[in-house]
Amino acid sequence: MPIAVAPERPAVRSTIDRMAPPSGLGDKVFKWLTLAMALAVVALVFLVGWQLARGSSLAIRRFGLHFLATSTWDPVAEQFGALPFIYGTAISSLIALIIAVPLSIATAVYLTELAPLWIRQPIVSLIEMLAAIPSVILGLWGIFVMIPWLRDHPFPFLKKIFGWTPFFSGPIYGVSMLAGGIIIAVMILPIITSVSREILRSVPNLQREAAYALGATRWEVTRIAVLSYAKKGLFGAVILGLGRALGETMAVTMVIGNTPQIRASLFAPGYTLASVIANEFTEATTDVYLQALFEIGLVLFGITILANLLAQLLLKTMGSTIKSGAVQ
Amino acid sequence: MKNSHLWRKTKSALASAASFVCALLVIAPLALVFLHLLRSGASAVNWSFFTELPKPVGVAGGGMVNAIAGSFELLGLAALVGVPVGVFGGVYLAECGTVRGNWLLRFVADVLNGVPSIIWGVVVYGLVVLRFKSFSAYAGGLALGFIMIPLIMRTTEEVLLLVPAGYREASLALGISRWKTIVHIVMKTALKGIVTAILLALARVAGETAPLLFTAFGNRFWNHDLSEPIAALPLQIFSYSISPYDDWHRQAWAGALVLVVMIFFVNILVRFFTRERVARVL
Repeated sequence: MPIAVAPERPAVRSTIDRMAPPSGLGDKVFKWLTLAMALAVVALVFLVGWQLARGSSLAIRRFGLHFLATSTWDPVAEQFGALPFIYGTAISSLIALIIAVPLSIATAVYLTELAPLWIRQPIVSLIEMLAAIPSVILGLWGIFVMIPWLRDHPFPFLKKIFGWTPFFSGPIYGVSMLAGGIIIAVMILPIITSVSREILRSVPNLQREAAYALGATRWEVTRIAVLSYAKKGLFGAVILGLGRALGETMAVTMVIGNTPQIRASLFAPGYTLASVIANEFTEATTDVYLQALFEIGLVLFGITILANLLAQLLLKTMGSTIKSGAVQ
Repeated sequence: MKNSHLWRKTKSALASAASFVCALLVIAPLALVFLHLLRSGASAVNWSFFTELPKPVGVAGGGMVNAIAGSFELLGLAALVGVPVGVFGGVYLAECGTVRGNWLLRFVADVLNGVPSIIWGVVVYGLVVLRFKSFSAYAGGLALGFIMIPLIMRTTEEVLLLVPAGYREASLALGISRWKTIVHIVMKTALKGIVTAILLALARVAGETAPLLFTAFGNRFWNHDLSEPIAALPLQIFSYSISPYDDWHRQAWAGALVLVVMIFFVNILVRFFTRERVARVL
């Protein structure tokens, strides 16, 4: 077989597998051993699904689909419904996305298109450091610094201006759905920024050069040639951030108020799927209670898997080598 | 006016300025959190913080030595699970396997990476704690180890792919078998990158609290048996910060400062010592 024609093969993927046929026992053993390790990720997905389904089988049989649509959460009477938590997770994640998406995409645009070269790396490093701050420490800051400040300054201000809408009415406690959303936004800013940045960097320079050649300004190049080209990937980055937001636990638990209720007001305390597990798991005294929490876990696992599947599909079909692990 | 050159230039400058402000807003929380950590934590960190056990409520002083040690023990256990599986899984992705199969494995690993950490706590609770009827260090280590697997796997793959194909070809041309080539040539060349991948994964799970809540559970005393509950720094920070006692809040800030400094130290060290190319991949 002449090797003259091999244009399709990417240079970097010249792996040993394609160099020589398997020889000897050692090679076979090594290959199967490493394959077993790699398959661990698949096994883990099934393990999680199986454990959660097994742990909640009784609750699933007892409550059925009503579990998702009932809003009573009464451990004493053994009545369990996940609706307040689903609502809390959805609303807090939505608030987080509304805050984080414009900020992080604008930052990514700044870092790839508009910023002077010397300032780019320092900002990227700082964002990586923000990503490295553990959730529990952000929560600690949330309790003692952010909540008192929000309660005294921005919340009364919002109430004064938007108090006529149901979303910003009612008493202000500090701990609230809005505070939960804000802290989640801080947690997902780095991941959306860095994935968006990778996406924008993967836009071919030819796109930019073509637009410049037509006399476009820097911003017009970005808007017309870069952003529209990267739309799909940026959407993937946002969904990836949504996946993180849905599962964010410690920081949210510490600022959201942990009250299973559905209120229109964003100043009212709420509860999320992840934080009810964190708070009540060790207090679950009866089997049904524990089962219900396992079922909450199953619901949470289901929606985060869906979000991540969608995000990865969008990112991978973008035709770039985006790593979701870029920010850890 | 609308389409004049001046207006377009102005719009471009405005967009630059606006996105610069956004970038500042993104890094503002880092500065705010770090400043408060320094202000509230530095005064509470002292010698006894690193040498003494927690004191009962109302007794001033005390430290978190058991939680610091506990965190390291948990990280050690987690490494036992996460490192072999992650590294050799990454070797498979980089060196063996088919293009399509690898695409799928990578996909699953990335999806797995997005599973909320609290879920790992629930799973390990069902897997270990219910079975052995006790919270334990083993359970906590396993939960953290599971989180590390996809992280290490993907980064190991990336650093192995940086090893030039010529190294492999040269070794194979000498008649060295493939697995020896991988272990002695490829992995050895990429050793620094692999160690970096492991350190970063450890730094990441060192701050995890949610998966430890009902696996390692926490402990106010020394842990003498890994099949018993064990303290961990993030757990201790959490329980102190939601307590009503001022003294415990101070301890929580001190613990948070120590934890953040350790995590930042590893991150900065790793980035300082690895070549820029590797650092970018990670």
